[in-house]
Amino acid sequence: MSVLEIKDLHVSVETDQGTTQILRGVNLTINEGEIHAIMGPNGSGKSTLAYTIAGHPKYHVESGTIQLDGEDVLAMTVDARARAGLFLAMQYPVEIPGVSVTNFLRTAKTAIDGTAPPIRTWIKDVRESMSRLRMDKSFAERNVNEGFSGGEKKRNEILQLELLRPKFAVLDETDSGLDVDALKIVSEGVNRAKENTGLGILLITHYTRILRYIKPDFVHVFVNGRIAEQGGPELADRLEDEGYDRYLVDTNVN
Amino acid sequence: MSVASAKLNPVSPAMPTAEQHGIKEHSDGRFGYVPVQTRSARFKSVNVADFAAVTGREAVWKFSPVARFTDLTAGELDGSVYDYSVTDAPGVTVDWVDRGDPRIGTAGLPEERASANAWTSFERALAITVTGEDEKVLTLTRENLGSAPRAAHTIIEARPFSHATVILQNSGDARITENVEIILGDSANLTVITVQEWNADAVQLASHFATIGRDARLKHIVVSLGGSIVRVNPAVHLAGSGSDTELLGLYFADAGQHLEQQVYVDHIAPHTRSRVTYKGALQGKAARTVWIGDVLIGPGASGTDSYEQNRNLVLSEGTRADSVPNLEIETGDILGAGHASATGRFDDEQLFYLQSRGITEDEARRLVVRGFLSEIVQKLGSKPLEDRLHAAIEAELAVSEGN
Ligand SMILES: Nc1ncnc2c1ncn2[C@@H]1O[C@H](COP(=O)(O)OP(=O)(O)OP(=O)(O)O)[C@@H](O)[C@H]1O
Ligand SMILES: [Mg+2]
Repeated sequence: MSVLEIKDLHVSVETDQGTTQILRGVNLTINEGEIHAIMGPNGSGKSTLAYTIAGHPKYHVESGTIQLDGEDVLAMTVDARARAGLFLAMQYPVEIPGVSVTNFLRTAKTAIDGTAPPIRTWIKDVRESMSRLRMDKSFAERNVNEGFSGGEKKRNEILQLELLRPKFAVLDETDSGLDVDALKIVSEGVNRAKENTGLGILLITHYTRILRYIKPDFVHVFVNGRIAEQGGPELADRLEDEGYDRYLVDTNVN
Repeated sequence: MSVASAKLNPVSPAMPTAEQHGIKEHSDGRFGYVPVQTRSARFKSVNVADFAAVTGREAVWKFSPVARFTDLTAGELDGSVYDYSVTDAPGVTVDWVDRGDPRIGTAGLPEERASANAWTSFERALAITVTGEDEKVLTLTRENLGSAPRAAHTIIEARPFSHATVILQNSGDARITENVEIILGDSANLTVITVQEWNADAVQLASHFATIGRDARLKHIVVSLGGSIVRVNPAVHLAGSGSDTELLGLYFADAGQHLEQQVYVDHIAPHTRSRVTYKGALQGKAARTVWIGDVLIGPGASGTDSYEQNRNLVLSEGTRADSVPNLEIETGDILGAGHASATGRFDDEQLFYLQSRGITEDEARRLVVRGFLSEIVQKLGSKPLEDRLHAAIEAELAVSEGN
């Protein structure tokens, strides 16, 4: 049974004004097959947590640990983390000119598995995943994310999630910019991945609407660089009604 | 002129240019652009004695390491015929012709001393004559030019309505200055691809002159990978109404290499169209590239449409890429004219994205570079050549990584 464990994580970033503290002691344990939703106001550090797990070089870990099945994730390079089973569906996926989706997917799959996937089944897998995500065949020959709409970029992230079969996925606002139909399609993709591989999920969102399709086991309220409260799915509904004022007042008082 | 040239001392290769550190884009060159001299007014002569000795301060030489090839600009040259090999293509002939061949001098004339020296010195010209409306590909390979300074003159004539791709494949040793005249009859459709994969010590100074007839189309591609100093300067005259040209370039400079291209598009006739896209990568100590793009839209060239761009990807410290677009417009009636020039380093976010999918940093870099250059490779239109160049780019990257 896989487990991703984050302990007392403090993270800073260099800005023009100097070093800014963003994460201030994050504690979070995700077991295989669990879905954790993280909700919190803009700028509270949700993406920073996501990027830090993935190993983005801009974010400096001041203290704390991240472990995957007891292995020190923070000691791994970005690509080694992915090969160890971590996946980040990005809030703003990047365009890669001149690199086709097909070529990119095959290269990534080969890197993650350590061997090239058998050509026949691989092509079939890609085609089926794309069709389930309602991505037109023509996307395979297009350059990665180049000229994709916001929703198309998000589908492309979930396509990779399905094909690369990680142990844990961080979904950073995968729901934003999706209309209802796309939201359903993308959610189904996430649920399929979970069913097929026992994926553990950290789902970052501002809205409860995606939680109608992807049912969280736990909901965490993220404020000012740490988890301010956690609970079950009912916490999400309360947040939707009440907003984050209660937590923000708390921090202001301190 | 005197003020400008006084400032143009040979620049130290270590000195960074503005382009090295940032991206600049221009969408319309009509504003804020003052050409030093109208390009069409440059002095021309086929006689080397008409040009003063090269100092390195001249507009055409100011970016080049002129001291390293005085033999080609000032010395005596071997102008005799040389070995080549050529593939068969129906309707295409390849022959040595005399200096009196009526085609010689019809596509353009030398504007600098190395070009004039070649013109003065060549004994016979190699003429590639294309006929026939069916598409065909001809590859002419030069690999035994040797390392003594020599001159050459090539004619590529596409007769009216003919259709072909001519690949000039260059490898081995060379110290050569040469002229290539490309003549397109009305409605001809010609692709010329010149590939430079010379040995590491080679020096090549090439001027390509093209004249394009009515409704004819020239695709001209310069691929420079190997050689110590490689300078290929294409000048295309859109002489016939409705003529069209696409000028593409791809270069990869590694340590100590100087790769240069001065592109000139001369819109003479109305309704002419040009697209210029040059892309380069630089890696290694003192890797050096130069791109100058002059576009002139003459007074008779109404309804023209032109766009030129140069993009450079800097892969390591200590390289220098110069990128100079110039646009002169002498008619008020144009469809469009624009240019862009950008030189930048790897995009860290692209690398992070690829690595976050398990791809190693080295492979991510390779993907990004290959992707960057593939825009040009994909336009070669010859699958075997595309595959070969992909492999050659891979090899360049492998060498760079080994450093
Ligand atoms: N690379 C960076 N450089 C400078 N500041 C940064 C950087 N990344 C994040 N920050 C700052 O850190 C804080 C947290 O940002 P982060 O993107 O993690 O928030 P978020 O919770 O994901 O917000 P949102 O809901 O808007 O996506 C913000 O104040 C942001 O400006
Ligand atoms: Mg965010």
